Amino acid sequence: MHYSLCDMVLDLFQNSVEANSKTITLDFIQDKSFLEVNLTDDGKGMDESTLDRVKDPFYTDGIKHKNRRVGLGIPFLIQTTEMTDGSFHLKSVLGEGTALSATFNLNHWDTPPIGGITDLLISCLSFDGEYEFIFNREDRERKLSYTITRSELLDVLGDLTLVTNMILLKEFIESQELDN
Amino acid sequence: MAKMTLAQLKALRDDKKKEINRRDTDAHDVTIIVGMGTCGIAAGAKDAMSALIDEIKEHELDNVTIKQTGCMGLCHSEPTVDIKAPGMPQTIYGNVDGDIAREIIVKHVIGKELISKYVLDRPASDIMKEQN
Ligand code: FES
Repeated sequence: MHYSLCDMVLDLFQNSVEANSKTITLDFIQDKSFLEVNLTDDGKGMDESTLDRVKDPFYTDGIKHKNRRVGLGIPFLIQTTEMTDGSFHLKSVLGEGTALSATFNLNHWDTPPIGGITDLLISCLSFDGEYEFIFNREDRERKLSYTITRSELLDVLGDLTLVTNMILLKEFIESQELDN
Repeated sequence: MAKMTLAQLKALRDDKKKEINRRDTDAHDVTIIVGMGTCGIAAGAKDAMSALIDEIKEHELDNVTIKQTGCMGLCHSEPTVDIKAPGMPQTIYGNVDGDIAREIIVKHVIGKELISKYVLDRPASDIMKEQN
């Protein structure tokens, strides 16, 4: 299994989209030794008991996997941060949204690789649905910082599920990732 | 190279549009759905998607849409790719890695040929026979 930190983030992002969020914010802040990820949405949120259950690796909503018990990706995240001296925080209010933050210890041997940010963003930007997505990127070591806003890209490119537009999007994101 | 601005992105897009209009292909729509559930992502759906995009770019296909869906309930054969292309039965491929994703574009979309080995949801058996 080649699960990277970006894969993990995409999985959680997908939950936010499925929770009918109007606005999803993702901070991706990196320094030499850590990566901090904050994912905030205003989707349907969870009450206390659901919150407890999603942390359980054997939880499922019972809709897609009637006979199998697989969780929502949050257990992956908890397990990874616990195993690698990172930290993890999840807060959710029913009807208001969910805020999740994690710090990954990049110096720990068992921390998965960060993975491709460009592919992550293309996916996050091109789900179906009318949600706003704000991506705040910072790499302190490389003195890199930029913000990408989905509505602006929709204005410029139009349909983001069209591959011709994804190709342009890819060029655009890659250029943001270049060193100054 | 400097960071691209939104204005530059817009200019690129307008160029691209003109180019596509000039080519004026007998464009038929291709729709690809990639399963992006927990297990799909864990099994490399992001790689499959990026390989699809690269191959579509390589062959200058203008009329392709990629949609991402959550879990399709097919964990055992993720990543899955569901594809609707003109002249072909709707097909779901399973266990799609980067190489198979490329094959799907070249053989299935362009060559109009099923890649039987990776077909998950088989079209009617007579179609399968025809292809073999
Ligand atoms: S998470 Fe695997 S099919 Fe749903």
